[in-house]
Amino acid sequence: MIYREAGQFKTTYASDQAIFPIVQDRVVVALGVLAVFVLPTRFANEYWLQAILIPFLIYALAALGLNLLTGYAGQLSLGTGGFMAVGAYAAFKLSTAFPSLSIVIVFLLSGLIAALVGVVFGIPSLRIKGFYLAVATLAAQFFLIWLFNKVAWFVNYAPSGTITAPSRTVLGVTVTGPTASAAARYVLALVFVAVFALIAKNLVRGRIGRSWMAIRDRDIAAEIIGVRPLRTKLLAFAISSFYCGIAGAELVFLYLGSAETLAFDIGLSFLVLFMVIIGGLGSVLGSFLGAAFIVLVPIFLTNAPHVMGLSLPVAFQKQLELMVFGGLIIFFLIVEPHGLARLWQITKEKLRLWPFPH
Amino acid sequence: MSARASIVAAVALAASLGAATPASADHEIVIGVQCDRSGPDATVGAPLCAGFRDYVALVNAGNGVEGHRIRAAEIDTESRVPPALAAYERLRGEAAVALALYGTQIYALAPRLAEDRIVATAAGWGPADAANGRRHPYVFSVASAASQAAAAVGFAKHRLGTLKGKKVAFVPDDSPAGREPIAVLEDLAERERFQLKTFAAPSTGATMATLAVDLARRYRADFVIAHLAGRAPSLAIQELARVGYPLDKVIFFVGGSAEADVDAAGGRAVADGYHGLEFAGVGQEFPVLRAIQAMYHAQGRQPPTRMASSVCYNRGVVMAALQVQAIGNAVAARPDGRIIGDDVKAGMEKIRGFTLGGLTPPLEITPTDHEGGGRLQVWQVKGARFVPVTDWFTAYPRVIARHVTAERGAPSR
Repeated sequence: MIYREAGQFKTTYASDQAIFPIVQDRVVVALGVLAVFVLPTRFANEYWLQAILIPFLIYALAALGLNLLTGYAGQLSLGTGGFMAVGAYAAFKLSTAFPSLSIVIVFLLSGLIAALVGVVFGIPSLRIKGFYLAVATLAAQFFLIWLFNKVAWFVNYAPSGTITAPSRTVLGVTVTGPTASAAARYVLALVFVAVFALIAKNLVRGRIGRSWMAIRDRDIAAEIIGVRPLRTKLLAFAISSFYCGIAGAELVFLYLGSAETLAFDIGLSFLVLFMVIIGGLGSVLGSFLGAAFIVLVPIFLTNAPHVMGLSLPVAFQKQLELMVFGGLIIFFLIVEPHGLARLWQITKEKLRLWPFPH
Repeated sequence: MSARASIVAAVALAASLGAATPASADHEIVIGVQCDRSGPDATVGAPLCAGFRDYVALVNAGNGVEGHRIRAAEIDTESRVPPALAAYERLRGEAAVALALYGTQIYALAPRLAEDRIVATAAGWGPADAANGRRHPYVFSVASAASQAAAAVGFAKHRLGTLKGKKVAFVPDDSPAGREPIAVLEDLAERERFQLKTFAAPSTGATMATLAVDLARRYRADFVIAHLAGRAPSLAIQELARVGYPLDKVIFFVGGSAEADVDAAGGRAVADGYHGLEFAGVGQEFPVLRAIQAMYHAQGRQPPTRMASSVCYNRGVVMAALQVQAIGNAVAARPDGRIIGDDVKAGMEKIRGFTLGGLTPPLEITPTDHEGGGRLQVWQVKGARFVPVTDWFTAYPRVIARHVTAERGAPSR
């Protein structure tokens, strides 16, 4: 990197186990976290917050959840959209049934409900593996969407069948509903992402993460060394669905404002899976990079001709955007099949030796 | 009449504006258009947006609105909500005073429109109570789902003589928006004492073949009312024709009554007899459309082929004309052209007897009725052509009013 790590010796177990063992890394990350909390709320306009940053944070949380399940525990899932829907509908039911309940608690409870549903749909994973498991989780996707479509109780019998985020406050600031400012919604989403990314990072470095990876790499070997497959896999489903459930609740409460089941269709499951694959399977950073790629690149491509002063016909511009986006996905997957996180790691290693690579 | 004269005539007709132009009037007024030129509804969006843009070009080719140019800022949203939200923020950044929406994004945007005070027209789709100006102060629907449901039942009664004891099948899109009219239909079933059964179809139309058999052979429906969009309507027509169900006992809501739906079903011969509800006239025999053609000829160009898809194209023209008319009313009150959404809202609510040369039903928009009366027309495919079989009409206005103003089912806060 541009800074040298020479002279930093790890003399205690604690320093050896730190997430960021290098002092400069710690400083950069601390400054970075401070910056993402302060700068956008001060300087970003409504468009940046509403159209770019908030969806990025929410998709990053969902991608993080799926990455724990698919990237770390090796269980391929196409039910993400369904689990996110569980979180969203649970949050809607809870917040309308108990208006005085803090929205933060509502989100956490909806995550727990999504986790329970995730466990139920994770049970087949003990017998089914790989692509077959993907098909089994696809059943979760279709069943859950069907359920929310059919049972009017979930939408409080609204004839339009949509769920609408009610106005709720945190510490006196309105954070949901149409009157909430984009900055407030951004900060709430950011707090959730920051806390849960930290938890995820520690989970995957610890005993649970290691048992997930053992199951992923060779399940029979893992079983022989004492990892219990049922418990480990179900735990992966539970924690992953918990993350996805919170992301789903945020999607409706902090981003869309109002949604129907269409917002959680199979397309969303694929989108989050693509984020994980492009970002990097089995990497916390990869979840963020993948979400950034999928959310930001189309918006960049939409705005690029406009900014460059090119006036293209709308239909042509859209087709061009889709083509360039598809091309970029293929490009990055050919350059580095292990995702953007691996690219970043290679870059770091090269920079470490730079300018004397030999 | 020369081309130029007819343009001027059309602008005068459409915008009903005086000839006098204030010298300082050079302010550009922005209308945001959310288009579906790509995605599942592209067959609808492409001609619709072309119609919208051509009408705006026609207004600008004349004198604009009292000298103010109109700019239609178009953004493709692929019929998906997240791009629509991003597009909304961009259009808001461009200081759009009005938005044209055509799809389910209206559910997500309605509360924000009220918060940001931006007017939106939502034709054909949207909340059943969008016609209620008190509940959705900034949303103007042209044909709400409630009005369409009532009109469809009214037409069924007209065709069958009486509905008492008859079996009516309702085929909605299997989504909340599709099922929205069920409450109105149930009410009407009780009132007219007919049997109502719902056969929900997924938007891909995948199960249409079994659905058609079920509906025609097992349930033996006397009349079919369908509320579908995208690829589903053409499949429905195709499958109903295949099982031999008489298509002249079928009526589609506005989402499934375009030329594209009929052509995709296998052509006009297959769909002979089928009815569709329309909130804009079909065909090209309207003064404003001739003026658009004249505008193209005057520029030495051929009119776009999109015009042939006249159902959607004409809807685009109607939506644009409605917005231009409202902006015209707003500018009349503020001649410097520095209008905001509230001015356009007031301008909308002043629209009376607006017909665009017969292309739309006479619209009478008031602060409470944002639908402008909710009149519709039934057109039928007959001998490879669309022909009108009714005049503009409304049915069961009291039932609609009860549903539009009902508090029941409003999301609890």
